[in-house]
Amino acid sequence: MTHWIIAPILIPALAGLLLLLEVRERQRLRRVTGLLSCIALVPVALVLWQQAAQGDVGVYQLGNWQAPFGIVLVLDKLSALMLLLTAVLALAALLYGCAGDDRRGPNFHSLFQFQLMGINGAFLTGDLFNLFVFFEVLLIASYGLALHGRGPERVKAGLHYVVLNLAGSALFLIALGLIYGTTGTLNMADFAVKAQALEGSEQILVTVAVLLLWVVFGLKAALFPLYFWLPATYANATAPVAALFAIMTKVGIYAILRMQALAFSDGPLAGLGADLLWWLALVTLALAAIGALSASRLGGLVAYLVVMSVGTLVAALSLGDPGTVGPALYYLIHSTLICGALFLLCDLLRRSRGDSDDRLESGPPLAHGNWLGAAFFAAAVAVVGLPPLSGFVGKLALLQAVPSAPYWALLLLAGLAGLVGLSRAGSTLFWRVHGEVVGKKLGKRRVIPMLALLLVSPALTLAAEPMLQLCAGVADQLADQTIYIRAVLGGAS
Amino acid sequence: MELLVALIIGVLVATGVYLCLRARTFSVVLGLTLLGYGVNVFLFSMGGLKINQVAVVGASADPTDPLTQALVLTAIVIGFAMTAFLVVLALRSQGEQHSDHVDGQDGEQRS
Repeated sequence: MTHWIIAPILIPALAGLLLLLEVRERQRLRRVTGLLSCIALVPVALVLWQQAAQGDVGVYQLGNWQAPFGIVLVLDKLSALMLLLTAVLALAALLYGCAGDDRRGPNFHSLFQFQLMGINGAFLTGDLFNLFVFFEVLLIASYGLALHGRGPERVKAGLHYVVLNLAGSALFLIALGLIYGTTGTLNMADFAVKAQALEGSEQILVTVAVLLLWVVFGLKAALFPLYFWLPATYANATAPVAALFAIMTKVGIYAILRMQALAFSDGPLAGLGADLLWWLALVTLALAAIGALSASRLGGLVAYLVVMSVGTLVAALSLGDPGTVGPALYYLIHSTLICGALFLLCDLLRRSRGDSDDRLESGPPLAHGNWLGAAFFAAAVAVVGLPPLSGFVGKLALLQAVPSAPYWALLLLAGLAGLVGLSRAGSTLFWRVHGEVVGKKLGKRRVIPMLALLLVSPALTLAAEPMLQLCAGVADQLADQTIYIRAVLGGAS
Repeated sequence: MELLVALIIGVLVATGVYLCLRARTFSVVLGLTLLGYGVNVFLFSMGGLKINQVAVVGASADPTDPLTQALVLTAIVIGFAMTAFLVVLALRSQGEQHSDHVDGQDGEQRS
């Protein structure tokens, strides 16, 4: 059973390599391979969740090297939850991609698998340098995917995205070098232990390193002032890719949460950078609200809603209080899946509007306007947090957990801005129409994955109590880091 | 020697950052490469600088740290691949937008 931990990395890795070998013309075979891998990831993630839910921390030592010296994969409740979320989102995104978008470039399927490998690896690894490697794996796959399909806008946004992330990688390496140079370890658990005993100049150096790490994770999570790449990249990416990218910002948030819970909950470095993260997250929230109001395309609007969810989450998590982590995780699950659904829905609308694309201006009437309108309405209600859908539950729980006036004001105002933006977008897209219907018919194979993601929201609402308790359980385990550290350094194999 | 290495890193990173902030994709690529070199030397020196020592425990009295060498090797490979990708992307950007400006068009005509 212990070997299951590495399966979420190995399955997409093998599928990705296999896809490279397969003949390009046999699109059907490639779809089956990709889908099989994605389908297999769901039960694997469920098994791992079952394993983690018992409260133990699973440790997998690669090459059977002892923990501080070798690389470990660590499975606790948080990683298992993130793996499950990734598996569900990826399956829906790939199903949507298999409806035709995968034909727009030769290596869509293998890049998709490598991206999954990088994301899953980043959630599992217990080693800082290994985290860097998995970040690079997911980034280089995402570079390819962001450029999937052609278009000058996409290339321009892609170039900015790549250059920014390469600079981010350089900062990441400097931070890792500093951490290794001062503490002599890159293992997260070992670092957490050694960080408690730092003093003098070493403490200053590690402080610098950690602040650099916050910059890198902030870039991945799209936190102010490092979020400007996101709207252009996400709005220009092909729909299934944009839907999968909804989890990418959460990788940055996960890394912040993990490091904060592990090494900075007490000791000399306790709460390092937390104030900074709090204010930056609030500014992100405010600017995302302005962005949502000013978006001229639906894709851009959804991208700003992603940034908004990042601000909401990082502000709550920066408090470092276990009570806020639970609701934040619930909101994270909700926002990831709903933003994925919105990106897919945006593509469906774009297909029905011919040359008007997803620009928010008067265009031709939609072929299935009523159905699309209903789906858009439900997604909008969910994402801005109106009752009765899951966004409301998530935001309510967050507001209860974070009793801070600026947070309440900004979160509610940002919700209002999102509501205004989406209402404007919806009334323009569905009501300000003229001329003849031009759009193609909606394929069932595109509608079903989108609806599946959308239906998660009512499901999350119905199961709000158990889900919130489950997230609180994850937060409780995260708050007690001795279990994690003992599991990793105790030599359990 | 520490001073020399520190100066080299400083010069590499400073030139790298300067070139990254230029408006043409070619200088940005060069800048990121130099930045990568600076970071690699920095990472290498984090294990402590020793002259004429093998990175094998037992083969010399005071072995140098082998781990940083492994880290640098990984970083070099990744950096190399990323640079190659960036060059291709820059060429495609030039081809599609008929300009090597990072924003795809010249704002003010400065190189």
